[in-house]
Amino acid sequence: MATTALDQHGAHATAGHAEPTGLWSWLTTVDHKRIGILYGATAFFFFLLGGIEAILLRIQLGSPNNTFLSPETYNQLFTMHGTTMIFLAIMPLSAMFFNFLIPLMIGARDVAFPRLNAFSYWVFLLGGLFLNSSFLFGAAPDQGWYGYANLTSRQYSPGMNVDFWTLGLQILGVASLAAAVNFFVTILNMRAPGMKLMRMPMFVWMSFITQVLLLLAFPVITVALILLMFDRFFGTHFFVPSGGGDPLLWQHLFWIFGHPEVYILILPAFGIISEVLPVFSRKPLFGYAAMVFSGAFIAFLGFGVWSHHMFTTGMGPIADTFFSLTTMLIAVPTGVKVFNWMGTIWGGSIQYRVPMYFALGFIAMFIIGGLSGVMHASPPADLQQNDTYFIVAHFHYVLFGGSIFGLTAGAYYWWPKMFGRMLDETLGKVHFWLMLIGFNLTFFPMHILGLNGMPRRVYTYPEGLGFEALNQVETVGSLILGFSFVVFLYNIFKTARGPRNAPADPWDGATLEWAIPSPPQEWNFAEIPTVHGRDALWEAKRERGGPLPEPPRVSGAGIHLPNPSIWPLVAAVGLGGLMVGLMTAHIVGPWGIVAGVSILFFGVYNWAFEPAG
Amino acid sequence: MSDHAHAVHLETSTGLDNRKLAIWTFIGSECLFFATLISNYLVHKQTWLSGPGPFPHEAWTSPSGQAFEPIIEIPLVTMGTALLLFSSLFVVLALANAQRGNRNGLLVWLAATLFCGFFFVGMQVYEFTHFVHRGLTLKTNLFGASFFTLTGFHGTHVTLGVVWLLTLWIEAWRGKLTPAKSLNLEIAALYWHFVDVVWIVIFPVVYLIK
Repeated sequence: MATTALDQHGAHATAGHAEPTGLWSWLTTVDHKRIGILYGATAFFFFLLGGIEAILLRIQLGSPNNTFLSPETYNQLFTMHGTTMIFLAIMPLSAMFFNFLIPLMIGARDVAFPRLNAFSYWVFLLGGLFLNSSFLFGAAPDQGWYGYANLTSRQYSPGMNVDFWTLGLQILGVASLAAAVNFFVTILNMRAPGMKLMRMPMFVWMSFITQVLLLLAFPVITVALILLMFDRFFGTHFFVPSGGGDPLLWQHLFWIFGHPEVYILILPAFGIISEVLPVFSRKPLFGYAAMVFSGAFIAFLGFGVWSHHMFTTGMGPIADTFFSLTTMLIAVPTGVKVFNWMGTIWGGSIQYRVPMYFALGFIAMFIIGGLSGVMHASPPADLQQNDTYFIVAHFHYVLFGGSIFGLTAGAYYWWPKMFGRMLDETLGKVHFWLMLIGFNLTFFPMHILGLNGMPRRVYTYPEGLGFEALNQVETVGSLILGFSFVVFLYNIFKTARGPRNAPADPWDGATLEWAIPSPPQEWNFAEIPTVHGRDALWEAKRERGGPLPEPPRVSGAGIHLPNPSIWPLVAAVGLGGLMVGLMTAHIVGPWGIVAGVSILFFGVYNWAFEPAG
Repeated sequence: MSDHAHAVHLETSTGLDNRKLAIWTFIGSECLFFATLISNYLVHKQTWLSGPGPFPHEAWTSPSGQAFEPIIEIPLVTMGTALLLFSSLFVVLALANAQRGNRNGLLVWLAATLFCGFFFVGMQVYEFTHFVHRGLTLKTNLFGASFFTLTGFHGTHVTLGVVWLLTLWIEAWRGKLTPAKSLNLEIAALYWHFVDVVWIVIFPVVYLIK
């Protein structure tokens, strides 16, 4: 029956696999849980880096005519802040949860392609390092994260800044695409018996939709970046008006990618809080099917709204009307989600634990961001708001108030599963309140400043325009926001010194990952579970009439595990080498490119011909 | 090139092999890649017609009085196209032989596929060189830029396919492409068919429509 597989007393302890240790075991790991932790640690590092960049920007803007940062440095910092937070923080933090949770939630021992998974991580790491190495040359990208032509042309950006950005994003795109193929196949193909599509946890569903978006949106930015690279390296004129090119083509290509990208950033957070809210409301998710279909509908519409980023380019009334309507239409499925979350809490026995705090914070903050989004879906309103701090307020309410609140909820919720330790509740609540207050102090005044006409992307502003007081409030807010993450770091540090004693199921969870020890053993499930309905673990507990016994740590004798491999790392180094080769081709000639491609092929061939185990 | 040789074939939820589903997923993603490149070519068509020549389809005289013939050589490219289409048939025959364990048939049909692939790549190298001699480079005009980018990335895909199939031919020659491993060829063949299908779109768009 359902309980036999989830209640793992049957497995017996004999000599089996020993958990591998040491640096080499991490370099060659193909275990989705370790790769998830690597993703999380790296992305959190980049998140802190992007946060420090933001605080420097806020210090500069804290007073009028400030000279704390030069205009050039300011441009580099705001470009790198945006690029880092989107590509090196939020996306890979989501990837951490994809990696760690998807196989556990669908009852699998690993992803479909463990080595491809390792390859994605190493490429992401090298891409992040490549992009940030630009600081060492004093040539960090400085054209904005959207890279509008013709700011990016050789004529206006003769330095290496834009090259770092173009090639860096190209590498990161490879990592995202490889991961997307992997998780798409994993979710479709690796589900435990009985785990039908409409029984999957909502986080898995939202992750699945995110992979589809990645698969369809990233090829477009890949081509756009290739064309930009050709313009810069080989003298073509795709985006250069003097050669007949069209700078607006860049905006179209960029936003055909860029708008689905914002759903790539938010859908995983939707998934996370759809797991957290039911568990702490002691009720199943309200409107499961509506949640699935609204997610899919958001993704579908996400490809038909890109030009709302371009209302001020003068596309004409027909295009403006079309994109305005599709944009407003997206509020419908998003509203369905918000009401379903509220329906989930409604009438529940709410437990105010830290993950629940962040999940509730998410709903409130995301609604504010969503509403301001509907406001500038209207072209006349957008003409006023475009390029002002109103837009900055909007996208921070959805990306920080949405994605980061959701991801933080997930971090507190799954921390015991990942590390076997419970994070401190009190410190967690301090983190939450500081973050909520700091966040609103930083970003709410931006609505007002924006409507009063303060432009974004400028390094300072003159006295006497009435911008001083609110900017000061924002700067203080950003310091509080930054400090809230110091509290989080202290919590991690304190917990790491404590005992590793988290139970398998500390929150009375509904999904399969809580059926196995914390942290899980290398093979996840000693016996692959059979699933009989949604909320599989609640189902099993109901059938048993009470909590399941603590699952024992068993020997994995006889369990087939994929072999570790160094070749994904070698292939990733080859790809990184190719990009370094392109950067240095004007100095060393084609040899860097040749070396990179050779290492890439060497890695891929050894990978293809080694036994996967 | 993804994970080979699953020692234990686990049942998948869809019944479709993981690697086969992965290549289909990849192909789905690649459709957007080529769709964007083809759109880029078509978007620039209006612009490059008013820019400096040489043009693909018509005779043209430069401001300095130099006369250009139409630059595209349709018969040669048609030949390459035809061979590429036939190679899709050949790779299917190679796969059928691989699945039946007929090593000789496999080697012959796979070699025929490879011959077509090599011819196509060679044709493209010749065409690119020819264009450069006629004064058309990436920098000349937007036709040059979008033509070389579109057909160049397609050519790169064909080249990678040739390297992949050549690797499998060597495996077959060493007797390692057994019927149990014929899926390795099937996946490469799916990629090969996709590259063909893309060319079926590119050929009329670039060479036949004025």
